Amino acid sequence: MLSLLGKRLLQLIPTLFFVSVIIFSLQQLLPGDPALIMAGEERDPAVIEQIRQQYHLDRPFPVQYVYWVQGVLSGNLGESMRIHVPVLDLILQKLPVTIQLGSMAIVIALVIGISAGIISAIKKNTFWDYAANAFALWGISTPNFWLGIMLIFLFSVKLGWLPASGYVPLTEDWRASLASTIMPAFVLGNAIAAILMRHTRSAMLQVLESDYVRTARAKGLYERTVIFKHAMRNALTPVITLGAIEFGTLLSGAVLTEQIFTIPGFGKLIIDAVFNRDYAVVQGVVLVTATVYIVLNLLADIAYVLVNPRLRN
Amino acid sequence: MTALVDVANLRVVFHGDRGQTMHAVETVNFELARGVTLGLVGESGCGKSVTALAIMGLLPKASADVSGYVGFEGTNLLGLTNAAMRDLRGDRLAMIFQEPMTSLNPAFTIGEQIIETLVRHRGMNRAQARARAIELLRDVRIPSPEQRVDEYPHKLSGGMRQRAMVAIALACDPQLLIADEPTTALDVTIQAQVLDLIRSLKRKTNAAIILISHDLGVIAEICDEVAVMYAGEIVEHAPVDALFEVPQHPYTIGLLASIPRLDRRVETLATIEGSLPDMSEVPQGCRFAPRCPFASEICVGSPPPIANIGARHWSRCVKAPLEEVRP
Repeated sequence: MLSLLGKRLLQLIPTLFFVSVIIFSLQQLLPGDPALIMAGEERDPAVIEQIRQQYHLDRPFPVQYVYWVQGVLSGNLGESMRIHVPVLDLILQKLPVTIQLGSMAIVIALVIGISAGIISAIKKNTFWDYAANAFALWGISTPNFWLGIMLIFLFSVKLGWLPASGYVPLTEDWRASLASTIMPAFVLGNAIAAILMRHTRSAMLQVLESDYVRTARAKGLYERTVIFKHAMRNALTPVITLGAIEFGTLLSGAVLTEQIFTIPGFGKLIIDAVFNRDYAVVQGVVLVTATVYIVLNLLADIAYVLVNPRLRN
Repeated sequence: MTALVDVANLRVVFHGDRGQTMHAVETVNFELARGVTLGLVGESGCGKSVTALAIMGLLPKASADVSGYVGFEGTNLLGLTNAAMRDLRGDRLAMIFQEPMTSLNPAFTIGEQIIETLVRHRGMNRAQARARAIELLRDVRIPSPEQRVDEYPHKLSGGMRQRAMVAIALACDPQLLIADEPTTALDVTIQAQVLDLIRSLKRKTNAAIILISHDLGVIAEICDEVAVMYAGEIVEHAPVDALFEVPQHPYTIGLLASIPRLDRRVETLATIEGSLPDMSEVPQGCRFAPRCPFASEICVGSPPPIANIGARHWSRCVKAPLEEVRP
């Protein structure tokens, strides 16, 4: 177990290296010259030259990369070329918002998705199965922006229960914070719940047909033991992996949903940065997102091993 | 001798998703006393396993219609509630399955899979159950049971896993043990060991055993009585010696002729031409008639009567006793 963990941690190094190279290279391929943008309206050649030197834009590509990596390793992700705030500060400002929203969304997705999946599998071809499937189809095919607008219309405009937009940090007032994030979290979680439900259902159906579930029944175990112990332990492993990947996607920011609910998260940060060719911010955000994604995958693998004894040792 | 198990007119019909039906088991009748081992023989698809699963109450309620009577200690198992049946299963009734590689849950240790049965039926605490699990593993001759109890199924060989399955089945000293092809998936040497195990258990516990097999060699070795199944019904029931010496159903004769023997040199093994009838419709006359070398007009019109041959020996053949027609 420990050696596996060590091995996986070592594998992170080359992965992160390639990720950083790709992030940095793609950035260079984008059209537009950041120095020109920063120089403003006048485009004084001297100013442009000075900016190029200041941000090492005049140096060869590999040198620029080394400067960047050196900065990253010392916790310096550079400075926003537009608003002149350290990128790290921007990220640290937005990250908690995205983490809160993403965590709430994934909890909603797991609770709804797994329970609906299990119910539809054990009640196969009954009303409950059809209802769960209809819900899944609805969840997958409903656009987030539409669902978001409908929720705002119902809960904010008509009923007046929840704020239509804005974000209150958890540290300020946890009730208000939950109220400000529950609708976007539901919008995001709902779509993922549908995917998780489909996977849970098919995995459960397969496992319920297995010989060891028949053995468990032959032992006279209670049906709840058969399902929640013998079947679920085996059926949920692929769902865990999927859940981790979806969580990673959530943490990279939800552009549209954040926009609709005016939540100041990662999605908004990266979109603004891309439109303004704010290279340093884009690089920083993508790097953090990629790292989070890789770490979550690692955690999913570890969880996978924990529930799957065949993969240990 | 009062029967421990009394199966009468057992019938299982499967309903498919698209409305098709399959008559898997039709009018199966047999009695089984304590300490007796009954062999259930027949080719794949003849209804042996379905009969066993029906007795255990393990057929899916949604797709399988089970009717008739399955008496166990005087109670009709088919009339019991799911909860009452669950209390019996794993306790008084136990079953061993064919596939040791997939019949154990890969996510739990061998010990856990024995312990949960003991906790469920015997109300033991985990420490007692664990101690008993180690004893059981020792009983089924698993070496160093103290270590094995904490191992996961994937660490064990097929033979070891089947022993673990036997240990699970025996955890609560069942009155009836059903073994569905317990040795089919195993190497020949391991087969002999598992059979040995079942034989010694029979001596020790006086349980009734139903051994399902298509291997007549295995049947001859362990069973006291044999029921030969064909196309969902028992076509011949006999004490094991009588079955091998004076088989009274053409299908049994065909089966016996198809066993390779070391004491006779033959160019080709005898086969039974044709295949099992389509079970979506129940055939009118004798089900074996289309493949039977002795069949005549009398066989196809109506179902054959049961011919009593001798003590506990009967055959579902209109021409039995078959002395004069034996090849």
